[in-house]
Amino acid sequence: MAHYLVSRLAMAAIMALLSTLVIFLLANTVPGDPVLSQLGDLAASNKEFVAEWRAKWGLDLPLWQRYLIFLERLAHGDLGISIASQRPVLRDIADFAPATIELASIAFLLSIAIGVPLGVLAAVRRDSWIDHVARLISLLGVSAPTFWLAFIVLALFYGGLQIAPGTGRIDTIALPPPSTTGLYLIDSALAGDWQLFRDALAHLILPSTVLAAATLGLITRTTRASMLDSLQQDFVRVARAKGLKERRIVVGHVLPNALIPVVTLGGLAYANLLTGAVMTETIFSWPGLGRYTFRSAVALDFPAIMGITLVVAVTYLFINLLVDISYALLDPRVVR
Amino acid sequence: MSNAATSLTLDPARSAPPQSKARRWLRRYGLPAFGVLVIVSWVLVAALAPLLAPYAPAAVDVTARLHPPSAQHWLGTDALGRDIFTRLMFGARISLLTGAVVVLVSAVLGTLLGAIAAYARGRFEELIMRVTDLVLCFPPIILAMAIAAALGIGTFNTIVAMLVVWWPKFARLARSLVLVQRSQEYVEAAVVLGLSPARIVLRHIVPNAVGPLIVLVTLDVGNAIITFAGLSFLGLGVVPPTPEWGSMVSEGRELIEQWWVATFPGLAILSVVLGFNFLGDGIRDWLDPRSRRR
Repeated sequence: MAHYLVSRLAMAAIMALLSTLVIFLLANTVPGDPVLSQLGDLAASNKEFVAEWRAKWGLDLPLWQRYLIFLERLAHGDLGISIASQRPVLRDIADFAPATIELASIAFLLSIAIGVPLGVLAAVRRDSWIDHVARLISLLGVSAPTFWLAFIVLALFYGGLQIAPGTGRIDTIALPPPSTTGLYLIDSALAGDWQLFRDALAHLILPSTVLAAATLGLITRTTRASMLDSLQQDFVRVARAKGLKERRIVVGHVLPNALIPVVTLGGLAYANLLTGAVMTETIFSWPGLGRYTFRSAVALDFPAIMGITLVVAVTYLFINLLVDISYALLDPRVVR
Repeated sequence: MSNAATSLTLDPARSAPPQSKARRWLRRYGLPAFGVLVIVSWVLVAALAPLLAPYAPAAVDVTARLHPPSAQHWLGTDALGRDIFTRLMFGARISLLTGAVVVLVSAVLGTLLGAIAAYARGRFEELIMRVTDLVLCFPPIILAMAIAAALGIGTFNTIVAMLVVWWPKFARLARSLVLVQRSQEYVEAAVVLGLSPARIVLRHIVPNAVGPLIVLVTLDVGNAIITFAGLSFLGLGVVPPTPEWGSMVSEGRELIEQWWVATFPGLAILSVVLGFNFLGDGIRDWLDPRSRRR
């Protein structure tokens, strides 16, 4: 086990380093001279000034040396300055992250709370109406583009029926709670402001449901397939022969086994939530990383795009590492 | 489920009374057939768009801005007074084309690399697998977005960006499939006969391993169409005023009162992606009866 952990950790560290190289190379294949875009015409026409500026930013050095400098800055948490906001990219990311974490966590909880029971029911009542409903929901969840689903839900429940609040995290005239965690639900509860808590919760319902859709489909499908597999194992026959109640067999024996493959979905689910967040936040004017990504992409704000890609890639690696480790803990056969 | 006897006793669904022939056909082939129907109709619409469309896709009419669906404009008009029905038909061309190109090119490329890696083993296999690891350590759409942004906006560049992200899964699947085939006796026989490695891989191993690859290809076209539409929605796909479904939704994303601008292009994406998913599920059941109805 210790050997497995060490080798997985080492692998993740190497991949993280390599991913910085990929991002560095991408940022340096940008067509167009960064000098022109940063300095403006007048300064760029002065040759001495340009040479000085290049030397200052290390642009006259060979590529590998620039990569080392890039790594050194990275080690100090320096991801560069966003062109659009003129602030350090890392500070931008830190400011926008809580809104996304709050939204994505609720969406993730929703997709598990609905997806797992739905998958279990669909497997146990195979070919019944609930199986067909589960199949339809998961197919729609996977096939509907998130950006469109977000629009439809907003247009229907806010624009048409007017039973849900509009865009943003809280009412436009409300003041955000004193910032402790940056998560409005927790902050408003800590401040004892229950009206604000209800407001924040109401604003979360639509976007988190939309964000949950794709992940929900994935979890339902996997749970169902895995349950069907486990239901056919010998130990189920033994349990039935012992005369255990069907409910007890399903919940106590089959489900724990069937959930192991669902754990491996962690990485995929994260990637889904993240992609979904870009689309959902854009439609719902949610002040999080997703909308920041959208704005950076539209404005071609390179330092911001590369910074986000790096942070996302490293988080993705970390989550997959956690998934591998928990998988090894749940199923020791993985380690051999 | 290993033998018929246990399946009869354990699975009540299997021992249900026999259904009529038509109903059985519908149960088995209904959804895949529906998927094919949807895909074929969209291909026809894309091919015949200039003949069928009532207007020109870029025809701006400022006097008819944001008109709701009517007899003149079946699906309404957008903020520039362009006919949405027309743009939807022309949009089918880009979506179907990019989806097919991305998946087919990366499938061929990935399969070749994966197959060669599995057959050659050694350094080359190691290299290919580490490169796929590296690409797969990024969430797909985020990496595609970064590459597309670095290359510059345009349909071709976005396709290139997606190809970079897309081929590894085919390489991995092909490698694992070929590894299984490699130890089969017919490969040994082919080696003894003195056939060249290229011939063994392309003519003998790949055809035997192609089933799961075909399933992945069909299921993936829908995925590729959604991803391209997503990149277009982010402004990284087509250059305006090219009609494309993702950017059409993007244009209407703030027009909640004028719901028709964003709703119909989204429905178009949904229908074509559902079509490919139905078809992919059908092909999987057909090629691998064990997975039927899962």
